[in-house]
Amino acid sequence: MEYIIIVISAIFVNNIVLAQFLGICPFLGVSSKVETSAGMAGAVTFVMVIATIVTYLLQKYVLAAFGIAFMQTITFILVIASLVQLVEIILKKVSPAMYQALGIFLPLITTNCAVLGVAILAVQKDYNLMESVVFAISNAVGFGLALITFAGLREHMELVNIPKGMKGVPIALVVAGLLALAFMGFAGLV
Amino acid sequence: MSQWKNFSKGFFKENPVLVLLLGMCPTLGVTTSAINGLGMGLATTFVLVMSNLVVSMVKSQIPDKVRIPSFIVIIASFVTMVELLMQAYVPSLYDQLGLFIPLIVVNCIVLGRAEAFASKNNIVSSLIDGLGMGLGFSMALTILGGIRELLGSGSFFGFKFIQGDGMLVFVLAPGAFLALGYLIVLINKINKKTA
Repeated sequence: MEYIIIVISAIFVNNIVLAQFLGICPFLGVSSKVETSAGMAGAVTFVMVIATIVTYLLQKYVLAAFGIAFMQTITFILVIASLVQLVEIILKKVSPAMYQALGIFLPLITTNCAVLGVAILAVQKDYNLMESVVFAISNAVGFGLALITFAGLREHMELVNIPKGMKGVPIALVVAGLLALAFMGFAGLV
Repeated sequence: MSQWKNFSKGFFKENPVLVLLLGMCPTLGVTTSAINGLGMGLATTFVLVMSNLVVSMVKSQIPDKVRIPSFIVIIASFVTMVELLMQAYVPSLYDQLGLFIPLIVVNCIVLGRAEAFASKNNIVSSLIDGLGMGLGFSMALTILGGIRELLGSGSFFGFKFIQGDGMLVFVLAPGAFLALGYLIVLINKINKKTA
């Protein structure tokens, strides 16, 4: 039961992008095509889940055990940076097409605040290992859901006649606002 | 480039939030009121200035291949300092900003300036660049926070004008996107006129 609440709360009610404002850069940056956003969502899921597991173990057995919790930010960001490097190397070998498509945004996962945010949130909420993993997966799914929905909307928007000053980012932000409004409808769910 | 230009570009021409569209997460996340926006802006300014300063000092010592991780470690150290200082001296603001304080470390503006400016320029220019960019960021956050606070709860920096609530949607998540969208339209208009 607890797990179901974590899942629903992370995907719909407290959606990481639309309600918590984490991971906005890739949300606005790679969301012009559905395919690239699906790839981005996959890469983020992988990094987010592994990062959360590693940082959880580090927090519990190193930082908390030796009383050096103030090193949290530095440790976590280094873990994430090395993980991203790893994913980049693997993806380059396994799927060069995907590697090409993601381009600049792959190294940018390091500075995707969603990854660091979820790792820190899992520690703050005092989850155990299993709960942290579920929390990370559901947040990644929530991120993917928001990203792909938004990409679908933006693909349609290219065909619409928009006032000149609103083209590009401003209209994207307004659409994101409306999407966030729609997600607020889930608020009573949990 | 004169130092004045170097300083002032952060406000309009190259405003990190409104023109370069960097650092969107804290911009949207903490600007529920003008004071939160200002607090976040100043915390980021401190990190930006200090990291620019240190990066420009050690730039010749760092091998090119490991420069990004090194920059991140430098930035993370200053973020930790800010975090501890805020927790000690402004605990109420620290609670309000919450998660977004450690997240300054992944704010693209800070790493972006370290990589694009401080690693190529001398100490004085880097310091001024960091200060200008940081204050431009603070300005954008304060304006956005002010607009959202004014429309959403009918107050400004905590002074209340009206009875009851305003248009609540502006202090909630959707209002952040809407307000920022229209603010960017306005800045584009101003920049076009002056250019």
